[in-house]
Amino acid sequence: MDREKRFWEKPISRRDALRYGFWSVAGLLLADRLLGQGQTQPAVPAASAAKTAGKAKAVIQVWLWGGPSHLDTFDPKPEAGYDYCGPFSKPIPTNVDGIFINELLVELAKCADKYSLIRSMTHGINGHETAAYLVQTGRPPGDQISWPCIGAVVSFFKGYNAGYKKMIPPYIVITQPQGRFSESGFLGSKYKPFATGGDPAKTPFTVEGIVAEGVTEERQLKRREFLASMNSFGSLIPGNPEVVLEAKAREEAYGLLLGEEGKIFDLTRETQEMRDRYGVNTLGQSCLVARRLVEIGVPYVTINSGGWDTHKQHFQAMRQKLPQLDKALAALIGDLHERGLLDTTVVWCCGEFGRTPKVDWSPPWNGGRNHFGAVFSCLVAGGGFKGGRVVGASDAKGETVKERPVYPCDLLGSIYELLGIDPDATLPHPTRTCYVTPRPEEGVKMGGRLKEIM
Amino acid sequence: MRIRTATLLVWCAAGLALADSPPGRPPVAPYEVAGLQTPATQIDRIVFDHLRKRGIQPAYPCSDAVFLRRAYIDVIGTLPTATEAAEFLADPSPNKRTALIDRLLQRPEFADYWAMKWGDVLRIKAEFPVNLWPNAVQAYYRWVWESVRDNKPYDRFCRELLTSSGSNFRVPPVNFYRAVQSKKPEGIAAAVALTFLCSRAEKWPKERLDGMAAFFSQVAYKSTYEWKEEIVFFDPDKPLSGRPIFPDGTEAKIPAGTDPREVFANWLISPKNPYFARAAVNRVWFWLMGRGIIHEPDDIRPDNPPSIPELLAYLEKEFVASGYDQKRLFRLILNSQVYQLSSIPASNHPDAETCFASYCVRRMDAEVLIDAICQITGTTERYQSPIPEPFTYIPETNRTITLADGSITSSFLELFGRPSRDSGTLSERINRISTEQRLHLLNSSHINRKITQGPKMVALARQGGTPEEVAKRLYLTFLSRYPTEEEIRRYTEYVSASVKPQEAFEDLAWTLVNSVEFLYRH
Repeated sequence: MDREKRFWEKPISRRDALRYGFWSVAGLLLADRLLGQGQTQPAVPAASAAKTAGKAKAVIQVWLWGGPSHLDTFDPKPEAGYDYCGPFSKPIPTNVDGIFINELLVELAKCADKYSLIRSMTHGINGHETAAYLVQTGRPPGDQISWPCIGAVVSFFKGYNAGYKKMIPPYIVITQPQGRFSESGFLGSKYKPFATGGDPAKTPFTVEGIVAEGVTEERQLKRREFLASMNSFGSLIPGNPEVVLEAKAREEAYGLLLGEEGKIFDLTRETQEMRDRYGVNTLGQSCLVARRLVEIGVPYVTINSGGWDTHKQHFQAMRQKLPQLDKALAALIGDLHERGLLDTTVVWCCGEFGRTPKVDWSPPWNGGRNHFGAVFSCLVAGGGFKGGRVVGASDAKGETVKERPVYPCDLLGSIYELLGIDPDATLPHPTRTCYVTPRPEEGVKMGGRLKEIM
Repeated sequence: MRIRTATLLVWCAAGLALADSPPGRPPVAPYEVAGLQTPATQIDRIVFDHLRKRGIQPAYPCSDAVFLRRAYIDVIGTLPTATEAAEFLADPSPNKRTALIDRLLQRPEFADYWAMKWGDVLRIKAEFPVNLWPNAVQAYYRWVWESVRDNKPYDRFCRELLTSSGSNFRVPPVNFYRAVQSKKPEGIAAAVALTFLCSRAEKWPKERLDGMAAFFSQVAYKSTYEWKEEIVFFDPDKPLSGRPIFPDGTEAKIPAGTDPREVFANWLISPKNPYFARAAVNRVWFWLMGRGIIHEPDDIRPDNPPSIPELLAYLEKEFVASGYDQKRLFRLILNSQVYQLSSIPASNHPDAETCFASYCVRRMDAEVLIDAICQITGTTERYQSPIPEPFTYIPETNRTITLADGSITSSFLELFGRPSRDSGTLSERINRISTEQRLHLLNSSHINRKITQGPKMVALARQGGTPEEVAKRLYLTFLSRYPTEEEIRRYTEYVSASVKPQEAFEDLAWTLVNSVEFLYRH
């Protein structure tokens, strides 16, 4: 059997060559729930909720790790010729007049009225780590502090501090954490995402700690009873504070493991028709899990979908990946809409940058595209974002921003605003005053929030 | 013979003193025994006397099995093997506890475990915010490890940390001055106060910190052509930041051309300085007993008094008189009846815990816990670093307690509260269990796979045998003791109710790993 490798088993390298660090912590996020009791929680600034009355309640971030080509997705340039478009020369019209997208995105073409496209995203950074950090924190690295990404910020304002009571953590990553930077930054491990591990396209979807492969529910129950009867020492000191805490944590864990809340990850509870609609692949089923999570009130879900760093064999990869993305994203937006959740759920989809508009046909690339931070595209939908619009534009070859540059902090600030999080609120830092989004005096490039589609 | 009788009489006297009000129940097998054959020590006389005055009943002595496991975990951060456990339990010698303590203090794991603890205090990590960088981390760690192994007298250890000059690669203790978040004189002074006086400078009046900071105002740093090499040195051309005043308020005289750090170190380690030994013995007591005589142990201040002042005074005196012999201090504490009390309290007096009337139950350190699980299952772990470290080599068989660098970690360590080594405070280590940790232990593929597929588990399963034989083998391996008859009976019933014997075996292993007895020092 093809055994699914969890992130701590993933052969990033041998143990002897510590090349990549990923601060992957399966759900450190809820680790402090018990610890937090009786301790002072960082205060959520009172102004934050009141100042902006957003109606969005949740965010689904479809993160295309590696950087998808903007020309081959949402910003086609058929006029630029073969050296720019490769085989994708016939973009298709959508159900919104004048908006064309890549010919493989047939499902998304049918629902362009429900999302908008930002074609002038820019930051100019061509390194994965720096760009990924910048796009998700809104700030360039290098000012001595490590900023939290948007998921951690939302978790701070909308999670346990704000009355979120579920055992399912408020910030979830499907399936692997970002890896190359610490999502929670200076907010600390309490605000890290819970990484599910496993693969939702497989049955069962083995969510780390919650669903174990090969351990049936019947056996779980048997084990639980056996543990209770064999816990000889623990039962001798029932009043010991450590033992009280242990029993409480165990009960809560079982609540997730055996209770109804943990079943949220059980995709067999969806009809086969629904599963097929999203596409039976990791990305598709991840989107389905994300929909189930926001349905029960989880405020932030990231789908970390890799494989977009296509230096070589770019077009072959696109032929395989674009139909999956198309199906998954269109199903997600459509399904949220049908359930009445799209109005309160922001969906945003992009990578850390775009890819070089001019195809590199020379060896060893043989038709590849490289990193490109000068221009890229982002799809936004729901939660108060209007549909059927295009924000900004790139030039005729997709190489520079022609109008209305949108910087990462503009996008993130807009999402915060829709969620009712005051972008000028402060985050707790021991020595500095840290605002949710950069202020003009910080010198971070910005082009203004996306008022035109809000 | 005559001498032995005398010793016995002393013990009887102490024993009688204890026995005048026994706990209102018999000792609980297999965790407790009615009495010990070892003589009472001065520590016992002080603590039991204090308890009697307060009307607090001490717990029974712990059993040999509990003592064995406790001593291994506390002294070398390692579980006893099944063989070690069986041999110790079968040993009829009345002095076997003392002999075990001596053996443990000589084990290489003693240096591993205590270098790890010192790494927490000294903030040994490559990355932000300490930024020692990998080469210096290795040099510094090695120096600390060797100091522990060689039982370097504590005063010398501290003096070397405070007064060394030279390259961070070649003179490792200079890294003390690099592993601080602020290299300003006040920042260094605050780190020195925390590390050696266990006192929080942020609670001091400003004049006191300024006075102490002056001693460190001529510390200078310069880089070399080698990557991340840094020279720490005394620069007499830098002006003193103010009048150097010792934390006790006396003004220092610094002869021209003398490194003020030397003057400070001489004051610090002088036997006449009561703060130095007090902070040291209280911290060791905290490490072994789970609670400081002054608690928190690194927040010593006049309004945080010791729970038993005579005990602290006695340990201080002994430590100074021994020439700051750390292993001797360990021996003193570990051989006491107080250390060897059961963790099942015999008194519900609210101050019982603060007065050490029973052993303090606490979850194993993150590193020790994962090492224990790896040891019994025959598996290993993987670690990650937040930055590329192409030259760092960690052999597959290395244990987690030997990790030099606080920046090299794993998701397990992060989840189970390993200290970040940012501040050097002891409270950075969080050994309280959480729902998340519980989920991980109950049901993660990480732990499940170790239990079902670990080579040692596979080998144990292959040995087969009756349920009783299986239970004995697993209990000895996991809990360092034999199962009770009741436990054997329950497991036998469980096996007969199970369709697959292999599943019953796995379930017992899983149960033992998830038991309070396994997860907690007790």
